[in-house]
Amino acid sequence: MKKEISIYFVLFAILALLAGIFFGIISAFQFIFPGFFDLIPFIKTRPLHVSLVIAWIFLSAVGGIYYYLPKYCNVSLYSQSLPMIHLWIFILTGFGVLISYLMGIFGGREYWEFPPVLAIPIIISWLLFGYNFFKTAFKRTDHWPVYIWMWGTGIFFFLFTYLESNLWVFPYFREHLIRDITVQWKSNGSLVGSWNMLIYGTAIFLMDRIKNDDSIAKSRLAFVMYFLGLINLIFNWAHHIYIVPNAMWVRYIGYGISMTELIILGKIIWNWKKSLSKALQDFHLLAVRFIVASDVWILLNLSLSIALSIPAINIYTHGTHLTVAHAMGSTIGINTMVLIASCLFLIPDITGRPFSLLQGRFISVGFWMMNILLLFFWIALIIAGYMKSHLVIQDQLSFQDIMLQIKPYIAFIGISGTGIFAAILMIFIPQLKQIKEYLS
Amino acid sequence: MRLNTKRFIFGILVASFFIYSIVIYTVGTRVDKGAAWITAESNQGKLVFQKRNCIACHQLYGLGGFMGPDLTNVISANGKGPVYVKQFLENGTTRMPNYHLTPLEIETLVAFLTYTDKTGVSPVKDFEINYNGTVNWKGKDEKGN
Repeated sequence: MKKEISIYFVLFAILALLAGIFFGIISAFQFIFPGFFDLIPFIKTRPLHVSLVIAWIFLSAVGGIYYYLPKYCNVSLYSQSLPMIHLWIFILTGFGVLISYLMGIFGGREYWEFPPVLAIPIIISWLLFGYNFFKTAFKRTDHWPVYIWMWGTGIFFFLFTYLESNLWVFPYFREHLIRDITVQWKSNGSLVGSWNMLIYGTAIFLMDRIKNDDSIAKSRLAFVMYFLGLINLIFNWAHHIYIVPNAMWVRYIGYGISMTELIILGKIIWNWKKSLSKALQDFHLLAVRFIVASDVWILLNLSLSIALSIPAINIYTHGTHLTVAHAMGSTIGINTMVLIASCLFLIPDITGRPFSLLQGRFISVGFWMMNILLLFFWIALIIAGYMKSHLVIQDQLSFQDIMLQIKPYIAFIGISGTGIFAAILMIFIPQLKQIKEYLS
Repeated sequence: MRLNTKRFIFGILVASFFIYSIVIYTVGTRVDKGAAWITAESNQGKLVFQKRNCIACHQLYGLGGFMGPDLTNVISANGKGPVYVKQFLENGTTRMPNYHLTPLEIETLVAFLTYTDKTGVSPVKDFEINYNGTVNWKGKDEKGN
């Protein structure tokens, strides 16, 4: 029997996540104990952690889209072979990236620290994905629900923002530091917006399918929020670089646009009780549980992100662990929660085997453990960030003194990160078992 | 919402993305106070900075890893400077291993950090907060110079 291609995407996604968190824990302990695990130093463990976690996000999101589009959107995939080519390119490039890090061959750009030549197969694989997606989606003649718009937008903008993140290979960009940093963080900011489109689209799709109600995904409000999200994807990146001396209006536009997120925050709070009580009706479903958790994390992180976008606050928080709290809260609390929900929906659907009662309990314990520990982890980062900001600006202490004072918090972050790893193992071991049985 | 309305808004936003990108690449980043310090050596130093993945541990303008200090103004900071930087690069520390850089690599890195130092200030410690949430600080006027 031919196996569903999406299961391979999900399998490699889970393995990438587990490896990524493992290197994250190693790098956290290297932060506390310099010289720890010298075999792979911090300059290698950090990019290994970041790239593997990004691989988890893309593999699981793309794997889901390849499955959901033909199975639930009433259209067959335009090409059945392109996803396999896409997967092979992704995996081979991924190994190339890992080998380059381990050998110490870097391109040295934050978040994309591999040599730029490896960007070429990534772009090719994305073109194949985009071609297949749009050829498939355009088979539908009726009005697309919002999640198809979001997936299409994520694919389209990832291509351009990723290309943009490689503009540094041209001397015009690379040799002028202010231009280089501005363009780098413009692309990084919008790129995250692109993968958020893929992930939020998946979250809306899942709720639509679980409830068997597509009215929300086709509503006017859903499209208004989608366009607001798109505006933020395009213009809301300047808070990363408020202190970089580019033109003042870059900052003012970024600041102004970021405040539109208050509308999204207001909408979430306004609908909170209603949407929560609806979601709680299906809380026994594992996938719904993770979507509800992602909603809580959206509220927390959006509040933090709006605060960090105000220049008067950003001047204190920039370059501190408060920024890391925002990044970790978003990638773990929002993105990973939604993508785990997607795995929990997709794996039993493909394998035809629902989780046993024991497996369900195992995942449930993992769910609570993950969220509680993530909250501690997030709060510890906020405290470390606040302290660093105070010690830099008010006390004007040296780097060494600051490191010494925030060390206990970093240790706590390392320990709670290890706990999150254990929780994620509890969540994924039953899923890996399902996949193994399906593939054997 | 009608399909044509959605297409129209999407089209406008995509066009805005490309136009805004070009504006950022040109007028938005035209001013560089350190431009006079850009040399072949500093350009080479930038590539060494990337090849050695310095950003994994260090920051420029607060962006990068937190294992080591922000290097934006390491050349002009009190008690630091080119000699201090060379010492670190040649010998390493408990937190930063000796990467056995060649003398040429060290020279180019210092040239790059000298250029970086002239471009601006980070972290910003001397500033005023305005009523609307914006900030003014030393070393940067309203035109971003």
